[in-house]
Parts: sequence; C-alpha cells; structure tokens
Amino acid sequence: MKRNSPTVLEQRGAYRPTPPPAWQPRTDPGPLLPEAEPYRVLGTEAARKADPALLRRLYAQLVRGRRYNAQATALTKQGRLAVYPSTTGQEACEIAAADVLEEQDWLFPSYRDTLAAVARGLDPVEALTLLRGDWHTGYDPREHRIAPLSTPLATQLPHAVGLAHAARLRGDDVVALAMVGDGGTSEGDFHEALNFAAVWQAPVVFLVQNNGFAISVPLEKQTAAPSLAHKGVGYGMPGRLVDGNDVAAVHEVLTEAVRRARSGGGPTLVEALTYRIEAHTNADDATRYREEDEVEVWREHDPIALLERELTERGLLDDEGRQAAKDAAETMAAELRARMNADPVLDPMDLFQHVFAEQTGQLREQAAQLRAELDAAAEDQQHDEPGGTGR
Amino acid sequence: MTTAAAKPATMAQALGRALRDAMAEDPTVHVMGEDVGTLGGVFRITDGLAKEFGEDRCTDTPLAEAGILGTAVGMAMYGLRPVVEMQFDAFAYPSFEQLVSHVSRWRNRTRGAMSLPITVRVPYGGGIGGVEHHSDSSEAYYVATPGLHVVTPATVEDAYGLLRAAIASDDPVVFMEPKRLYWSKSAWNPETPGEVEPIGRAVVRRTGRSATLLTYGPSLPVCLEAAEAARAEGWDLEVVDLRSLVPFDDETVCASVRRTGRAVVVHEATGFGGPGGEIAARVTERCFHHLEAPVLRVTGFDIPYPPPMLERHHLPGVDRILDAVARLQWEAEG
Repeated sequence: MKRNSPTVLEQRGAYRPTPPPAWQPRTDPGPLLPEAEPYRVLGTEAARKADPALLRRLYAQLVRGRRYNAQATALTKQGRLAVYPSTTGQEACEIAAADVLEEQDWLFPSYRDTLAAVARGLDPVEALTLLRGDWHTGYDPREHRIAPLSTPLATQLPHAVGLAHAARLRGDDVVALAMVGDGGTSEGDFHEALNFAAVWQAPVVFLVQNNGFAISVPLEKQTAAPSLAHKGVGYGMPGRLVDGNDVAAVHEVLTEAVRRARSGGGPTLVEALTYRIEAHTNADDATRYREEDEVEVWREHDPIALLERELTERGLLDDEGRQAAKDAAETMAAELRARMNADPVLDPMDLFQHVFAEQTGQLREQAAQLRAELDAAAEDQQHDEPGGTGR
Repeated sequence: MTTAAAKPATMAQALGRALRDAMAEDPTVHVMGEDVGTLGGVFRITDGLAKEFGEDRCTDTPLAEAGILGTAVGMAMYGLRPVVEMQFDAFAYPSFEQLVSHVSRWRNRTRGAMSLPITVRVPYGGGIGGVEHHSDSSEAYYVATPGLHVVTPATVEDAYGLLRAAIASDDPVVFMEPKRLYWSKSAWNPETPGEVEPIGRAVVRRTGRSATLLTYGPSLPVCLEAAEAARAEGWDLEVVDLRSLVPFDDETVCASVRRTGRAVVVHEATGFGGPGGEIAARVTERCFHHLEAPVLRVTGFDIPYPPPMLERHHLPGVDRILDAVARLQWEAEG
C-alpha cells in the first residue's frame, strides 16, 4: 500500500527515557481529559441546534427499542428465549450507537447489545438466535457489518481494533464502534484493545455504557478511577463523558468521535452514564443488591421521556406522532412474537458441519455415530406409531 | 531431491523462507508479534521481513498476547491472513481466551459464513537451557480445543511445507515450532522448496518390523537415535512422525502398528492428559487384535517444566525409550 501521510510513529514522535532534567511528557494530557460534567443536550441551549428530523427519527427508534426490550423479556417468561439481558433504560446508547455509523462501518456489540444490532438493521429474530438457545449467531456478520454476538466480556474490543486497523491499512473508509459495559472495563482485553488502538491510531470508537452494575457488583468495586472516561488519557486518547440517557448528547458525542476516527484522528473512549432498569437478565434478582429508590431516580431520568419533553416543547411531536411511533413498535413486537412462537427446526448433524472448512476424519466418525443414533431413534418412533409395523 | 550443491539450511531459515514466500505471494499475509520487526524475532525467524515488506506487513506489536491475537481476529475478519508469533510457549497463555473462546469457534458460530485464517506460531519444548516459562510443551491445551488445527514440524523440509500449508489454510492453525530443532540442518534447498502438502498426514521416517515409535516435533530425532541404538538389541523399530495432531492421521499410524504389533508413543509434554494418552487409546481401539503388548508412553513427567540444570532428567531420552521398548512383552513371542 502507498502512503502519503506520515506514519503513526512519525506523527507521535519517539518516546525514550532520558536522564533528568531532559525528560518531558510526550503530549499535554489536558485535551485528552473528559468534561467535568457529563455532556447534555436535551433541556439545554444546545438542543436548539439539534436537527429536528434526527430527533424525530431517534424518538421512533427509542420507542421501538423499548418495545423490543419488553417483548424479548416477555418471551423469556414464555420459554421462547433461554435468557435475555435487557437494555430497558439504556435505549439511548443502543440507538445512538447504531445511528452514527455509515453503511460500510462495523458495529461490535457486547452480549447485551442486541438492540443496537437490531437498530442497525439486523432482523430481531436473527439477533436473538443465540439467546433462544441455538448453536450459532444467526446472521452473517458481513451482511450488516455486525460482529457475531457472544458472551465473553470485552474480547470484542481488540477485534474492533484489528478490523479498523486492517481497513486503514487497505486505505478503506471504515470506522469500528465497539460497545462494552462498566464491568467489562476491568477486563484485560479492554486495556489491551485501548492500548493497541491508540498505538496504531486505529479508527475505533469505544462506547462504555456505565449502567452502574456488573450483574450485582457496583462500579465502586470495579474501579478507583475518577471516571471510566478518564481511562482514555492513560492510553493517549481522548475520553468523553456523556449523559447516556440523553440520546441527542450521546448521538452528538459519538458522531464527533466517529468523524475523528474517520479523518485519521485515532480512537476515542466515550463513557455514557446510564442505568440498567431491569435486572441483569430474567434469571437475576436485582432486589438483592439495590434499592427501589435508586431505580426510581433513574426512571425519572428516562431516555424516552427526556426526548419526548424536548420534542413536545418545541412542537415537534404531537399525539398523532406519539401514536404513530407506538403503532410501529407494536407492529414490530407482534411480528417478533409470532415468529418467535414458531418452533425452530434444528438439525443436530449441523453441529459437525462448520467446525472446520474440511471435516476431519475424527469428526466424520463422530458425525456418523450421531447419524446412526438419530436413524435408530427415528425407526423406533415409526414402529411405535399407531398403524406402524410394531415389534 | 535436493541438489548436491545446496548449502545446508536450518529449520529457522526454512520457517523464515516460508513466511517470506507466503508474504510475497499473498499481500493479505501479515506477520505480527513481539520483536518480529526490527529485531527479526528473538529466534530470528522473521529476520528481514519488515525490511522487505514494510512495518505494516511485519509489525512489532505492543507486548500483550491477548491483544495480539485479539486484533488478529479483527484483521482476519477484514480479509487479512495474520501470522501471529507468540514469543515462547508459556508467553502464549494470556492469549488463551481469544484462542479458545473466539478463534477456534468463529467458523462454527457463524455457520461457516466467516472463517479466521490465522496462524499462531508457538515455539515450544525444552532442551535449550531455558529458564522457567521458556520450555513448555503446551500442545495438549490446543489439541483439546475443537476448531483448531495443531501441527508441528520435525524436519527442515516440513518446517517450510507445513508452515506454508498452515498459512494457506482457511482455518486457524496452531503451528508448534520445536525450538530445540531451530538450528537443525538439512540439505533442503530454499530455491526448490518442494511440494506444499495439505496438513493432516503423518509420515513414516524409518521403516522397521519390531515395533512402532509414534512421535512428533522435538522427539523425532531422539526416536530415530533410539531406533539406531535398538539395532544392537535386535529390534528393528519403525518411527512415525505424526506432523499433525489435529487432524490426526489414524490411517498411517494404524497401518504401521498393525504391521509391527507394538507401539510406544514419545513426546515431551506431560503424560497425564497429554496427547500420548489419546494416541494410545486410538491405537488400542483400532488395532487391538494386532497388538502383542499394551501401547506404552514415554513422556515428560507430570511436573512443572524443570530448570535447565535438571531438565535432562525430564526429557524423554534414548535410554528411556529403549526401556519402554524392552517392556513390550517380547518374551511372549518365544
């Protein structure tokens, strides 16, 4: 590949220890520090500058997202989903993350972020495949440029860095946006990903949704940092602190970070302050580790209500608009419900099909064993059926 | 056949040549790891690659193995073919989660929509006087992980051919390099490197009639030496170089054992839970009626790899192999 711009190392300059007093810090850390107060737009002067069409689009998405969360949670109660980690209360982050990306960009969701994947265009049924209890991710990652969802924490972050780095080496205009929770910032992969991203100046945006809890463990037991956004400065990348329930603010901060990445400015770490209104999953009991009073405070700071107030005050949303958003969400939920109520047909033999490009002899033998077991079971069933030949 | 004029080449040179040829042929091949750029790697396997192909193709990464393999996943997602160097066997452990939870499962998780053609090079094994964490035989961890190919060369020729095959594979390959053999030589000529065979085939290195030694990597020369020494005892030993642990070549292995009727598995890795147990079980299941004696194993002891001053007691040597051969119930024949 041809390079006209200076290399990353040339931009940044050497960094070697020198005997005192010659040593100087390489960069001024000041501009990398996050804002003292979480950045907000809704209910402030900044909201006046926000694009009404964008706000309306985000509103419809938020309402749809809230309905998706409710429907998915209901599906766990009906046994149609094995488990669902809800993003109720966190819809602003999920929706904004998907909305700021261009077609060619990549989204790297954490296990909780199926809503962001759906907002980017993924079929909700495909997004929920793993949580349904199936053996695969359900979608081709290249179709919508969404990395395969999986459970390990923070391991998707270095993937995002590598992909963005590869795209940059090829001269392609691609940004990767990687999502992680507050608990995930304690993982080694978080640290390594941020470090690699900054060293390579990879076009990546890291979005940390600080929802207060890693299952039951509150953030004060995860970190002693002034804020998670402050972690950026240690790697040489800017950290931004934003009100994660203010969808206009999250959208603006992420848009800036994406623009910065796209123009060769390197990675950004964004901490969005939000709250997990539901328990960790349907299998969790949040009353064991937090008070309802705390949840109530956050219900008052609801992402949909915040935007609705802004839109209503500015005359951008009336009852008709509210109803239209609600109707669209209900249609989505009804379709999701209907499709999830159909029993999926799984072929156990598929378990052997994609372990390797070419099946090994060992797997061929084991597949043959399972095939024989299935055939024998099918034959037994045939014999047992009324009108069968019997034994 | 190599030409008579060929200068002996080392395994290290053959590996370097394989990387170079792969990079020259395929612009998506990227080498990355600790010290692989300017220095050329602590074993000099990547010597000259950064100079020839630039630092974007042969990259000194930050010192973080999970980050190296994790970013390689993303690069492979975007269509590159990363070749990752783990500096030493035990230094690869931080990358284990990426390997086990993602690299090995990616194709399956995406129902074949996306494969990760990543080669992870792991210098392994002892006998070089390395201090702790520089001599592990870690292959059992990889072999026990579905979705990974695990191969290891024992000759200069195979070092080239298997590494080319590993890089060309669309699946992830853990490429175990017997570092003790880096400086072993052969008349192999880099200008006529020979055919690149697909991975997964064992090869008979020495034919014999009395018993089969099943081995791989650093233990192959030891087994060949033992086979020579065994002639004095009247044993004519066959030696099979497995080359690939996954996929496992049952056919070649069982054909040999059925011919000889006796087998000893030899490797440096610990015995309990080591590959030898699986190999012995497979041979027993498939060749039971041809066996004159139980399949025996000569392996490293089940201890943390010992320090340089004591490692000679740990490593399978000629005498220990011959002792095992002697226990293959020869008296029953008379």
